[in-house]
Amino acid sequence: MIKHAKSKALYDTFERKGTGQKVSHYCPGCGHGTVHNLIAEALVDLGITDRTVFMSPVGCSVFAYYYFDVGNFQCAHGRAPAVATGVRRVLENAVVISYQGDGDLAGIGTAEILHAANRGENITVFFVNNAIYGMTGGQMAPTTLVGQKTLTTPAGRSLTRDGGPIGMAEVMNALKTPVYIERVSLGTPQGVMKTRKAVKRGLSYQVEKRGFSFVEILSPCPINWKMDPGSSRKWITEHLEPVFPVQKFRDVQSGTAAPEVPKQPKVLKGKALLKMLQGESAITELTESAMKEDQFVKIAGFGGQGVLSAGMFLAKGAIAEGLNASWLPSYGPEMRGGKAYASVILSRKQIGSPVVEKPNVLLAMNLPSLLAFEEDVQPGGVILVNSSIIDRKVTRDDVTALYVPASDIAKSGGLIAASNMVMLTVYLAYTGTLQVETIKKMIPQNVKRKEHVEKNLAIVDASIAYLKEQGLLKT
Amino acid sequence: MNYAKIDPNLCKGCRVCINSCPKHCILLGDSINEIGYQYAQFVPGSPCTACGICFYVCPEFGAVTVFKDEEDANG
Amino acid sequence: MGKRLMKGNEAVVHGALMGGATHFFGYPITPASEIAHGAAQYFNGSGRFFLQAESEVSAVNMLYGAAGAGARVMTASSGPGFALMSEGLSYLAGAELPAVLVDVQRAGPGLGNIWPEQSDYNMVVKGGGHGNYRNLVYAPYSAQEMCDFTRKAFDMADRYRMTVCILTDAYVGQMMEPVELSGEMTEGEKKPWAVYGDGESKKNLITSIFMDPVLLEQHNRHLQEKYSRVEQECVEYEEYWTQEADFIFVAYGITARICMSAVDQLRSRGIQAGLLRPKTLYPFPVKQIRKLCSRNITLAAAELSNGMMADDVRLAAEGKVPVLHYGWLGGVIPTVDEITDRVVRDLEKGGKL
Repeated sequence: MIKHAKSKALYDTFERKGTGQKVSHYCPGCGHGTVHNLIAEALVDLGITDRTVFMSPVGCSVFAYYYFDVGNFQCAHGRAPAVATGVRRVLENAVVISYQGDGDLAGIGTAEILHAANRGENITVFFVNNAIYGMTGGQMAPTTLVGQKTLTTPAGRSLTRDGGPIGMAEVMNALKTPVYIERVSLGTPQGVMKTRKAVKRGLSYQVEKRGFSFVEILSPCPINWKMDPGSSRKWITEHLEPVFPVQKFRDVQSGTAAPEVPKQPKVLKGKALLKMLQGESAITELTESAMKEDQFVKIAGFGGQGVLSAGMFLAKGAIAEGLNASWLPSYGPEMRGGKAYASVILSRKQIGSPVVEKPNVLLAMNLPSLLAFEEDVQPGGVILVNSSIIDRKVTRDDVTALYVPASDIAKSGGLIAASNMVMLTVYLAYTGTLQVETIKKMIPQNVKRKEHVEKNLAIVDASIAYLKEQGLLKT
Repeated sequence: MNYAKIDPNLCKGCRVCINSCPKHCILLGDSINEIGYQYAQFVPGSPCTACGICFYVCPEFGAVTVFKDEEDANG
Repeated sequence: MGKRLMKGNEAVVHGALMGGATHFFGYPITPASEIAHGAAQYFNGSGRFFLQAESEVSAVNMLYGAAGAGARVMTASSGPGFALMSEGLSYLAGAELPAVLVDVQRAGPGLGNIWPEQSDYNMVVKGGGHGNYRNLVYAPYSAQEMCDFTRKAFDMADRYRMTVCILTDAYVGQMMEPVELSGEMTEGEKKPWAVYGDGESKKNLITSIFMDPVLLEQHNRHLQEKYSRVEQECVEYEEYWTQEADFIFVAYGITARICMSAVDQLRSRGIQAGLLRPKTLYPFPVKQIRKLCSRNITLAAAELSNGMMADDVRLAAEGKVPVLHYGWLGGVIPTVDEITDRVVRDLEKGGKL
């Protein structure tokens, strides 16, 4: 009876390599074929062939998809763990294998492997370390030994010039999330049999949804090492193993809970999804605006005065009264520097440029804003000055200047932060652009802290009272 | 009798199985196969235990198949 | 139906979910970060999936994996990050994987700054990475279009099995406007070529490697045929006062908004100006430009770049009419007055006034 035979997880013939092909593309004595055989055997033993998705890297194993009768991805150089992550997050029940060489994983792909491991992706990584670039013909790898001669280190790798061999298993072991990390070696038949166990363990942990497994395999590259296959195995034992110690670094034994996966909320579709997207702040039209002309509004102040939110409130109010509106912020580092301004345009027509170059309304919340924008205001425009904190008067005589003690009114109303609401109310009521009722109706929806709703409403009333007091409200 | 069957046309003659077999049951033959390699051959009648070492160390796919004697298995 | 005031960047997320997107992988960058913020909130909140990747390189490769596994996937970035994704875009193209990538353009080169430019045009519209490939490119100019084009992008990506890019800019991304969330909501369908981790789909292979030059040429020819189909079927543009116009701007994104205002102002000054606004940059509205060129007009390619789109306008105009280039660089955007004054000067120079 047959005791050991080619795994059913490998294709009978390798049609992707060529019609009827049965021979691998690997050089005589290469370690990759051995590792492939061990993986294929484990896939069948664990009964997971059909649900396995295999990442072929760039390197000698670029054609792994020739051989494995599973779902296959060929990946960009070093990116297999990122591709595996993408697959993992879509296919809950797939068994995802990232098979990588040393240039791929320890060189160009260090970020991808490190972060996939650190996220504890439930994948299995087989890292085939042969201390050299094989596919490109024998250049230095990140794992090349000090003194080892390669095409790009003809006099031997120099620690101070080229750096030293990276122990990736040790690097993995510095992370908290991997559940299984082991380095094995193909240097001896016993090593091969240990590798067989490690391969199977790395896969079975994934099946059990335990998390990230990493199996580093010291593997021969006789051709590029310029040795016969027998000597290459001896070289692993004598030279690689002392630098890359064969050991089990971590094995979170059964019984340990799998890393906690945050529970995903229910998948919303159709109307339920639309409802979530529209949210509570969907604006319904309240009344028709009495706005007389397009408004080009610049609101300016320092960060924390509610400049941007006043602009949003204004734009929302305009939409509620059937107008078109655009809002453009100052943003990024500039915003963090304490200077904040918002440009808002209200129009009955389609809005072209959203940039307010020449405002016909300026709400100056602090002195630098007044100084910065006074000159830009169109003749006939309106400038509102927060006179609580701005001592200066408007110097132009071709604009209307309103001095509003906005911070004082807000403070009296018990909410100093609402000076923006004072300015907005005075502006809207004075110009008749939007109805005060609209502002009031919008406050409950747009004020985040519910205990501030009443205060804001009272501050709106106080602002109107102030306007009346000053004889500024045309009724 | 236990034995290993080596497919002459899949073997690349790397000799890893030869070096690994604990009972020295495999030798490199004189013939050249269709892909140009001198290939390994199981020595008929050698004391194979069907341990599978040759199968596991072989870097090719399906080049080695190991057979175990039924009686041996039962015994 | 109610409208919502939102940033262009937020509108992208809304459009994406309405377009059936299930997976977002991204890396933060100003001025595109609100897309990631919105995705973290709404993708996760609706039982879909958001992951912050360690880099743009990883993000685009996560797209490769997730798209190959059949999902509707997306990412968003700005120029510096999008440049890093060029590697992945090339692989996505080679493997014919559908994915949606948003580029909220900022000024370059290098770190540049966070203000708007349109200097990623060549990188995004011409392919940008390794090999003979194209992206289908939409150019929204409002928050509403950010939503609508993103929604549509997923259907188009699936239909043509290709990458669809939303090429926008810092202003359109940061600007808030009312957005109406209406229109059809779509979902991805099962893809016969995808790898689902089951016995039925395991025959499928996601790859961009073809070792035999003859086969790779065939594959390339197949891609070019697909792009020809896209050129036939997907061109979108909008015309604003172009009929009987003497002077026609060609502009997209924020520049188109400013040019619209410039057209209004020029018309009020008695100049017959118009605007042709490409909604798709690849495919470019070549035929329509050619048609406009049958009249005695002047074209002005207005853009926040050194003339990247102007090259396409010139190719389309085939030398039949003068093509001017109005360009701004470094995050500076033009005022409407500046544009109209320049048009008047240029027309005087051309003796057409």
